[in-house]
Amino acid sequence: MELFTSEITLAHYLSVAAILFVLGVFGIFINRKNVITILMSIELILLSVSINLVAFSAYSADLSGQIFSLFILTVAAAEAAIGLAILVVYFRNRGSIAVEDINVMKG
Amino acid sequence: MISSFFFYLFAAVTCLAGLMVVTARNPVHSVLFLILAFFNAAGLFILLQAEFLAMLLVVVYVGAVAVLFLFVVMMLDINFVELREGFQKYRTLGIVIGIILLAELFTTFFQLTSDSGALPEATGVHNTAQLGRVLYTEYVYLFQLAGLILLVAMVGAIALTLRSRPGVKRQNISTQNSRRREDTVRLAKVNSGEGAEAKEGSN
Amino acid sequence: MFYHAIVFLPLLGAIIAGIASLRQHHNIATLVSIAGVFLSLVLSCFAFVEIALGGQALTVEVARWIGSGDFQAHWTLRFDTLTAVMLIVVTGVSSCVHIYSVGYMSHDKARGRFMAYLSLFTFAMLMLVTADNLVQLFFGWEGVGVASYLLIGFWYHKESAHTAAMKAFVVNRVGDFGFALGIISIFALMGSVQFSDIFANASTYQSHVITVFGLSMPALELVSILLFIGAMGKSAQLGLHTWLPDAMEGPTPVSALIHAATMVTAGVFLVCRMSPVIEYAPLALDIITIVGALTAIFAATVGMTQFDIKRVIAYSTCSQLGYMFFAAGVSAYPAAMFHLTTHAFFKALLFLGAGSVIHALSDEQDLRNMGGIWRKVPVTYAMMWIGSLALAGFPFFAGFYSKDMILEAAYAAHSGPGMLAFWLGCAAALLTAFYSWRLLILAFHGTPRASAKVMSHVHESPNVMTLPLVPLALGAIFSGWLGYELFVGQDMAAFWGDAIFILPGHDALANAHHVPTWVKLLPIILAASGVILAVVAYIVIPSLPARIATMFAPLYRFFFNKWYFDELYDRIFVAPSVAVGQMLWQRGDKGVIDYYGPDGLSGFVKRSSGMLTKLQSGYVYHYAFAMMIGVVVLLSWYFSGFGR
Repeated sequence: MELFTSEITLAHYLSVAAILFVLGVFGIFINRKNVITILMSIELILLSVSINLVAFSAYSADLSGQIFSLFILTVAAAEAAIGLAILVVYFRNRGSIAVEDINVMKG
Repeated sequence: MISSFFFYLFAAVTCLAGLMVVTARNPVHSVLFLILAFFNAAGLFILLQAEFLAMLLVVVYVGAVAVLFLFVVMMLDINFVELREGFQKYRTLGIVIGIILLAELFTTFFQLTSDSGALPEATGVHNTAQLGRVLYTEYVYLFQLAGLILLVAMVGAIALTLRSRPGVKRQNISTQNSRRREDTVRLAKVNSGEGAEAKEGSN
Repeated sequence: MFYHAIVFLPLLGAIIAGIASLRQHHNIATLVSIAGVFLSLVLSCFAFVEIALGGQALTVEVARWIGSGDFQAHWTLRFDTLTAVMLIVVTGVSSCVHIYSVGYMSHDKARGRFMAYLSLFTFAMLMLVTADNLVQLFFGWEGVGVASYLLIGFWYHKESAHTAAMKAFVVNRVGDFGFALGIISIFALMGSVQFSDIFANASTYQSHVITVFGLSMPALELVSILLFIGAMGKSAQLGLHTWLPDAMEGPTPVSALIHAATMVTAGVFLVCRMSPVIEYAPLALDIITIVGALTAIFAATVGMTQFDIKRVIAYSTCSQLGYMFFAAGVSAYPAAMFHLTTHAFFKALLFLGAGSVIHALSDEQDLRNMGGIWRKVPVTYAMMWIGSLALAGFPFFAGFYSKDMILEAAYAAHSGPGMLAFWLGCAAALLTAFYSWRLLILAFHGTPRASAKVMSHVHESPNVMTLPLVPLALGAIFSGWLGYELFVGQDMAAFWGDAIFILPGHDALANAHHVPTWVKLLPIILAASGVILAVVAYIVIPSLPARIATMFAPLYRFFFNKWYFDELYDRIFVAPSVAVGQMLWQRGDKGVIDYYGPDGLSGFVKRSSGMLTKLQSGYVYHYAFAMMIGVVVLLSWYFSGFGR
């Protein structure tokens, strides 16, 4: 029951981040619908990592966590841009973005 | 008390929004739930006294990345794909593994960080100023590198998606500038009452 | 040098002829092989005069072969009277057959190969008769077996021919197995396989006993019986005779040479050669007598029902070989050799004459489709008469002297087996005359049963085929009268010398000259009765044979089907062997060895790689999931304390 006391410890924030992380990871391979869901799941993962870093930074009074979170943000934006560009080109070539059709590298 | 209430509020909504991102049928709904998740994460950041980052999250993530997602979702002709049957067996396995993972993570966190204590008192300096002090001095090289990454991403995105469509008229400045008078203008002596047709030997 | 040439000239002829025939130079092959054998004949005549008539036995060393501790066996040629007699028979009949084959096989595309095989056979047979030790004799023994296989299956495209060749070889193998065991036991007993050593020391082993699998037997008995088993296989005695009728699939010259005069007599030769040992084994002698007698009567009963002209003569050979064996069984080895010699002449004559008949009737072999040709082929007709008269034992023809000698010796043995052999031999003599005249009448007399087209082509054989018959006919007429005193008469002891050994107590041959008159006359009366019976059955009352066949139908069928020996062997030996082989192949070879070996391994690799390829689904999220599971496992590992 110590979870619901008024004191919010580091562990609470870390738990939130953990839940988001797991959701993001499972979003990648549970979905069969479309590729955009995968990209959004990746954004969720990155978000959870950011929460993690900022929480640590706040509880240790060390700014490097927030700096790193800043860079993660940058990289996440860049990667989303490129990922969507690839998706657009892929859609132009194949006409669909159903995940199940992307198995040309099958062994 | 209040902060813990808000913490639980923001945390719950974030997690729910994350779940809905993954399980929504309509991709547009997915993006909207993603935006909701970002907003609430920003709220969490504010509770952690990182206001600059919280605003950054709203501006960059929501304003740019999520909007980009929305553009692409609207642009592509995405059908509502029904949930297929094969999904089921993966879902149970996935849930089981997820629960295991979460359980392990929670136990770790609550054991390892039991002595972390409460949040330190806020100092008087703004989060923005704090970040500025550190970013341009200690981490300047990383800052430049981040800029380069963004440049590369921009170039890459354009290079991937640029295509030239035939039949579109556009200006070609260099051709325009290299045009000579001789190729374009011709003086013709025209008698009145006659047409200005090309005659042999006229200038 | 001279003596080496006798044996090796045919080999040289065979090699050259073989090479020439490969290059389709059939005429060169024919010439060379005939030359080789004919020269060997000429030299053999000189050898006969010197060794047999002059009494100069000798051994000629050729080369070292096996020298392994106590086991010494070298290439050595032994020339004594027994050898000299066989040399004349072998080279003589072989030369006649070689020359005859020029005509008989003139239309065959592979006649060069045929001549090479004939010469090869001659070489092997000569090796057999000139051997000075058992291993060399076995070499010749196997060599004639191989040559017989090659020649029976000469027309190898015919299924009946190549299966007959296999049958001959396999049945011979059974006999050879006994022979090999005999050689081994002699070596185990006496420590040597040289004839000189064996013959010198045979008497000292009389009381030795060999124990095999808890059964003990006098050593010399065991050895003699084993050697006789070998002889049974080669000479087609009852039990191992099944190959001889099927061997008629080969061309007729082959039948004349191998299955009348030479190879099948190798068994008789062996028994006579080993007489110094067998004389000390009375049980073996009795067995030989009984088997020979039974063979004689068995073959005669079957021969009188057959319709293939060559098969009748083949069974006749089998029957006469039985005579030779029971003569040897009563210790009348000279009589056996005498009959061997005369039989070689008239049987070869009969076979070659039959070949002429077949040739004249455009390759017809069935007696039921012959008849009425005696005017058209007078020479052949006369030759067949001469051969049949000699075979039946008509007075003053060769067979009269030798066959009667054998019957008299059997009578004079005054033993149980001897008397059995005598009566069975007499019965067989009656049947022999009967079926010989049955053959003559059916083949040459009566209304022609062949088609008009075949009858219009009936012609006498060319000279190259009739001329070789002349020396054989002369031999069939005169060899008995000429050789009587030498072989079995007054000059017997001087003639044979040490070549044949007869124990003093075994005096059947000596007593044979003093048997009652009725014994001497009985065979002639029986032969005459046989001829009359044949004439009655086939000329006077042509429907008689069919009526008798239906009256005694079961007996007729029994004789016609060769006493059901083939069916019996098929049931007992062949079918189970095939079944065992099948089972071993299906369950053993394929089921066990292949299953766990190549097939099993390859199947396993295929299955497991098939399963592994499913991991490469091509979906990235599958790979991500796998990584996730890996992370969880790693974390669990860490948590459960192994990592610490």
